[in-house]
Amino acid sequence: MSITLSEAESRRVVAGYGVPVSPFATGTSTPEVLAAVNDDPTVTFPVVAKLCGRAIAHKTERGLVRLRIADADALAEACDELLAKAVPEDGAVEILVSTMVDGNRELIAGLNDDPQFGMTVMVGVGGILAEAIRDVSFRLAPITAVDAAEMLDDLGTQRLFDSFRGEPAADRSAIIEALVALGRVGTDEPGVRSADLNPLILVDGKPVAVDALLELDGEAAGA
Amino acid sequence: MPDLSTLFDPKGIIITGVSNHPGKFGFVTLHNILTSGYEGAVFPVSREPGEVLGQPVLGSIDDVPDGAADMLFICTPPAINEDLLRQAAAQGVTAAFCAAGGYREAGPEGIEAEQRLVALCKELNIALAGPNGQGVVSTPSKMCAQIVAPYAPPGRIAIASQSGNFVSSFLNLANHTGVGVSRAVAAGNASVLGIADYVEYFSDDPETAVSLVYIESVDDGRQMFERLRPLSERKPIVVVKGGASAAGARAAASHTGALASDDAVFDGMCRQAGLIRARDVEEAFEAAATIATQPRIAGDRVVVVTTVGGWGVAAVDAMADTRLDPTPLPADLLAAIDEKLPPRWSKNNPIDMAGGETRDTVPEILQLVAEHPDVDAVVLLGVGIQSNTASMMRNGPFFPDHGLERIVGFHERQDTRYAEAAAEISTATGTPIVVATELANAGPDNPAPATLHALGRLCHASAGRAVRSLHHLAGYSAWRQARGL
Repeated sequence: MSITLSEAESRRVVAGYGVPVSPFATGTSTPEVLAAVNDDPTVTFPVVAKLCGRAIAHKTERGLVRLRIADADALAEACDELLAKAVPEDGAVEILVSTMVDGNRELIAGLNDDPQFGMTVMVGVGGILAEAIRDVSFRLAPITAVDAAEMLDDLGTQRLFDSFRGEPAADRSAIIEALVALGRVGTDEPGVRSADLNPLILVDGKPVAVDALLELDGEAAGA
Repeated sequence: MPDLSTLFDPKGIIITGVSNHPGKFGFVTLHNILTSGYEGAVFPVSREPGEVLGQPVLGSIDDVPDGAADMLFICTPPAINEDLLRQAAAQGVTAAFCAAGGYREAGPEGIEAEQRLVALCKELNIALAGPNGQGVVSTPSKMCAQIVAPYAPPGRIAIASQSGNFVSSFLNLANHTGVGVSRAVAAGNASVLGIADYVEYFSDDPETAVSLVYIESVDDGRQMFERLRPLSERKPIVVVKGGASAAGARAAASHTGALASDDAVFDGMCRQAGLIRARDVEEAFEAAATIATQPRIAGDRVVVVTTVGGWGVAAVDAMADTRLDPTPLPADLLAAIDEKLPPRWSKNNPIDMAGGETRDTVPEILQLVAEHPDVDAVVLLGVGIQSNTASMMRNGPFFPDHGLERIVGFHERQDTRYAEAAAEISTATGTPIVVATELANAGPDNPAPATLHALGRLCHASAGRAVRSLHHLAGYSAWRQARGL
């Protein structure tokens, strides 16, 4: 039995270890969300708003994601609409608002508690085709910066890290730091079974997770 | 960790279950130990004492002189082996190889028998290899204690395998290539001693330069990782894994879990621990053979030296999916080579001599390339071609007249020289020089591959395979360098 934390909960956990996530604020009502966004200068428009909760697995399919929200008025409207979409089976829900970040290149990173090797860290080519492309590299957590650098070397799609469509070359050391931090989530955070940072967008060459999902043992999640 | 020195270098061996039947394990083991030239004492034991292969067969282990044997090789069924072990321990035995089956692999009764065997060996302080394994080979002791063939020439590769078949495969390749082996052991059921235990022993073994392991099942991958990582800092470990193609992706709640195939995770573990992972048994042996016989590689820059064109192109093509870099020729090196060759040579990497070589050209160019500070390794191709021509002349209707005898001798001496030069110059310069020609398989008597064989150096059967071996050599060096080792 395992529990998948909501995106907002997952972001708080991984960000606490230094994994870079796009700036975000949360709230359970429209006024609370607006106040939280107003109070946090790192969250800047345009933003994305998502309805999230532990029982909500497929936000996009259910239309629970609103993109490119330009200002506070539009955000208030979006919050009202999203909250109205919650159904009783969703349980506790909250709204996550995050700065929209721009980047053409997407990585995936994650954790998986392997039955033979214990906690593993992964990085790979991300986005919706990640599971089809399978250009990924694993290590056993915890990892060092050297291990993380070699994980990037392992990937077949090295051109992803060069300058690309007017974007600067990937900041390898920033990606390495993110992977080392992710590894620490795997070893230090109690009860982790798996995690996905998908996608991990390269913004000006630096990795920023715009989605995060953390799966915990039922026990660790208090279920 | 028990001491394995008496398993690999016993002063005397007791073999149980030695009958006169040349098809039985006991007979074959005695035969192989005597045939490989083992110089310690050998004590065959059987319920029916007498003589086998000219050796007196004792009726009981109690008849072995006290302290004369320290290793027990078990070819008898589980029912009597616990008694035999107690007797052997009383005579001073500290290591046992149990070739006999009928243990864990044989069902519930076998599982219990194996548990008793393990407990007893622990109580008696006997290092237990097997059970259900094919045996142990140790060339420093001239010992082929195996229920099957072959033995192998002495060398610096130590083999531990979860499959006895692959011990034989590796030993066959050692015989075929001339690159020898220090130790080889089949783990069998590995009820006490597993791959990591053997590799730990090899890591301290002065006879061994590289461990070569075949892994099929991983019970506790994390423990294997924790044990092998510090060992690979001491000596390189080449790994080939069976079952690597199993899709292995599990039902997973996460994308990461869905992407975590057994093979992807095992591969990452190898990279992290510095294990040199080969794709198949041949590649594994060749990687180990290259490591065992070549200097350490300092970087990824490779220069190809070839007598004529196509082979060099194939070598550079093969580098495309490796870490190796077919580096442009440094200007001073290009100028120095230009002095040695007619103008039609390639003036690039690969160095294609375009048939412009004279008597001393190949060794001279090898020396120039290998000693250059911006070259980390050399691939030498095209050896054997002169002797190939010589062979047709020697076996044709005109030999030895028409000047054929003289030119045949020249060609054969030249190929011998090239092979010797590759070995000598790599040793002298500290730069690996790998040699490849299909004649390693297609014409092993050709003086080029034959000379390398006699020198105990690997002659790769293709440029691609030579490149793969260098890739593994370079990968290990890079792993060390990244960690300041």
